[in-house]
Amino acid sequence: MTSATVAPDTERTRRRKRPEASDRARAENSLGMRLVAPAIFLMLLVTAFPMLRALYLSLFNYSLTAPEERDFVGLSNYATALTDSLFWRDTLNTVLIMVVTVAVELVIGFVFAMVMHRVIFARGVIRTSILIPYGIITVVSGFAWQFAFSNNNGFVNGWLPLIGDDFNWFGQYGSSIVAIMVSEIWKTTPFMSLLLLAGLAQVSEDMLEAAKVDGATWWQRLWKVILPNMRSAIMVAVLFRALDAYRIFDNIFVMTAGANGTESVSFLTYRQVIEQFQLGIGSALSVLLFLSVLLIAFLIVKIFRVDLAAARQEG
Amino acid sequence: MALASSLLAACGGGSGTPQLNWYVNPDGVDTFRTYADECSTDQYDIAVQQLPASATDQRTQLARRLAAEDSSTDIMNLDPVFVAEFANAGWLQEVPEEVASKITEGDDYLEGAADTVVWDDGVFAIPLWANTQVLWYRKSLAEAAGLDMSQPVTWDQVIDAAADQGGTVGVQANRYEAYVVWINALVQGAGGDIVSDTEAGRDAKVDLDSDAGRAAAAVIQKLADSDARQADFTVSNEGTSLGQMFPAEGPGEFMTNWTFVYANYKGLVGKPGGPADEQQFEDLGWARYPQTVQGETSKPPIGGIDIGVGAYSEHPDWAMEAAQCITSTKAQVDLAVNDGLMPSTNSAYDEVAASGEFPEDLLDLYRTSVDEGGPRPKSPFYSQISSAVQSVWHSPTSVDPDSTPKESAQFLTDVLAGRRLL
Repeated sequence: MTSATVAPDTERTRRRKRPEASDRARAENSLGMRLVAPAIFLMLLVTAFPMLRALYLSLFNYSLTAPEERDFVGLSNYATALTDSLFWRDTLNTVLIMVVTVAVELVIGFVFAMVMHRVIFARGVIRTSILIPYGIITVVSGFAWQFAFSNNNGFVNGWLPLIGDDFNWFGQYGSSIVAIMVSEIWKTTPFMSLLLLAGLAQVSEDMLEAAKVDGATWWQRLWKVILPNMRSAIMVAVLFRALDAYRIFDNIFVMTAGANGTESVSFLTYRQVIEQFQLGIGSALSVLLFLSVLLIAFLIVKIFRVDLAAARQEG
Repeated sequence: MALASSLLAACGGGSGTPQLNWYVNPDGVDTFRTYADECSTDQYDIAVQQLPASATDQRTQLARRLAAEDSSTDIMNLDPVFVAEFANAGWLQEVPEEVASKITEGDDYLEGAADTVVWDDGVFAIPLWANTQVLWYRKSLAEAAGLDMSQPVTWDQVIDAAADQGGTVGVQANRYEAYVVWINALVQGAGGDIVSDTEAGRDAKVDLDSDAGRAAAAVIQKLADSDARQADFTVSNEGTSLGQMFPAEGPGEFMTNWTFVYANYKGLVGKPGGPADEQQFEDLGWARYPQTVQGETSKPPIGGIDIGVGAYSEHPDWAMEAAQCITSTKAQVDLAVNDGLMPSTNSAYDEVAASGEFPEDLLDLYRTSVDEGGPRPKSPFYSQISSAVQSVWHSPTSVDPDSTPKESAQFLTDVLAGRRLL
C-alpha cells in the first residue's frame, strides 16, 4: 500500500487509475466468472488435490505395504532427503542435464528457427522434417538412441572416428550421461525451434530493413535487433525447456535405468514411490521437485528481466 | 428403464458369465491356459492375463492394481517374497481354514514351500510350484580335484577345486534380486539371518553384522579373489554361467542355479552351449547347495510361485475355488513335466518321479532342498531390505568381511527407520 502511494508510477497504481467499468462490462465479467467456475473447480480438483495430498503424505513415514505402521514424522522426511548425499548427487545430475541440454538446444533451435523462417522453397517439407523428432514418443526415441549407442549393433561407434567399435557407452557415468543428453537434445530441439520461430515472426521487418539501410552487418542485426526483440520468446522457450528438462525421466528410465549414477530427481522419486512403496519420503521428494521447478521458473524470469505484463500488452 | 438395463447388460460383458482374471508370470503360460480352461465352470470363466517378465515389474503391476482396490484382479501368481508384502498391505484374501490347515499342518506340502505363504499366523496364498537351487557341476572336474561329492561340500572346497583344475564357479552376482538370494543363502548357511523378527516391520532386527554375515562375506571375497571367478562375475546372472559348464575348451564349472538347468542341458545336447553328446551330458552332476561353514547344514535358496486371491475381487469365493483347482496335484505334475517347474507337494513329486522324466536322485535332491531350504526374509519391507543389501554388497569384488556386514547392517537399519534414501 505504502509503495503504491510513494511510487505512483507503479503498475498497481496505473491499474487503479483505469476508468470504472460500465454496468454492462461488470455483468459480462460476472457471467464470464460463472461460466468458467466449473472448469476452475475441476482444475483445482485434478491439480490442487494431488498436490495437497502429496504435501500431507510427506509428513508421514508411510509404506504402502505397512499401512498400520504409518507414523507422523513432521518435516523429518525433508530433513532425510536434504541431508542425504544420494539426493544431492541426483540433483546435481539433473541440473547438469538441464543446463547442457537447454544451452545446446537454444543454439541449434535458433538455427532451425532461422531456417524455417527464411526458407523460400519446400517450406512445408523442411519445417515438417525439423519437427519430426518432437512428434516421436520419448520412450520410443529413448529406445532408438539406446540401440544407436549399443556396442553390439549400434551405429554410433562406427560413425565416430576416435571411438573403438566395442566401446560400451552405458558402462560408465560420463558416456552414459552424454548418450542420455544426446537423446534428449534430439527429441526436444524442435520444440525449442518452434517457440523461437514464433518469436522470430514478431520481429519487425521494418526495423531490420532500417538497420540494413543504416549499414548494420548481419551479425549486428542479429545482436542489436533480432535477439533483443525476441527476449520474451527466448525466455518462454528457455523456461519451458528448462522445466521440462529438470523433470527428465523417460530417457533415463529406458537407457540406463539410473545405473552408473545417472539417476535424476524424478527417477529417485519414482523409485521411492513406485518401486519401494515409500509414500512418505516419495511425496517429500515430489514436493521438493515441485519447489525446485518453481525456483527455476522464478530464476529464469528474473534473469531475463522480462515484464510479462508488458509482454501481454497489459501495461 | 430399458436404456438403463441395456447399459447394465453392456457393462456386464457379452456372454453373461462372469470372468475371473488370473495374472500369470510368463513361465509355463501354455499350461496355465490349459488350466484356465479346465478350471472354468458354468458359473465363471477364467481368463489368463500375462504379467511382465521381470519379478520387479510383476510386483509393480500387481501392486498398482491392488493399491487402487481393483476388483478385476481375482487370482495372481506371486513370487514368494511378495506374499508378506501383499498380505500385510491387506491386498490378499486369507485362505480359508480348511485349505490353510492342509498347507501348514498336513504332510503333503514341502515345508519350505508351505512356509512361504504364511504371514502373521495366517495363510495368504497356495503354493503352486517350489523352486530351489542346487550345486551343478562336471563330475570329471570334481573327480580330478579329488572332491567327494557324495558328502556335503563347502564353498571353500568348491572354489579351491575349481581354481586348482582351471575350472570356474558360476554364481549370480549382478546387482539384482538373485544376488540377494545368494547372500541370504550364505548367511543362513552360517546359521544367521539378514533380518529377524520381521513381523515387527520397521523395527525388525538387522542381524547382518554377525559372524554369519562375516562368513558370507568371506565366501564372496574368496571367490572374487580366486582364479575360479568367471569373467562376468560382477554382472553374472542365471543365464551367463550356463555356457561355462560345457565349454569348447576347459574342464567346465561348478554352478549354483535353479532347477531349470537339467532340462536346459538335456535340450542342448549336441547344440552350441550344451553338452557335445549324451556321454558328456552324463558328466553333469548335482549335489546339495554348498555349506558356508564346514559342518553347518546348508540352506538352499527357495523360490517358486504361490497363488494369491485379490482382496477386492468381486467373486472372492469363486476365485478361491479356482485357486485350489489351478494348484491341484495334476496341475503341478503337468507344470513339472511340461515346463520343468517343480511341485510344492510330495504327492505331485511322487507322480513326477513315476513319469520317468527326471532322475530320481535329482528329484529327491530338489525335494530335500525345498524342505530344508531357507526363505528370504518375510517382511512388508522386503523390497527395501533387498535393495539396501544390494547397494552395499555390490560390487562383489569390493566385499570385505571386516567392513561390508557392518556397513550393510547400519545402512539397512537407517533405511528401515526412514533415515536414509535408497
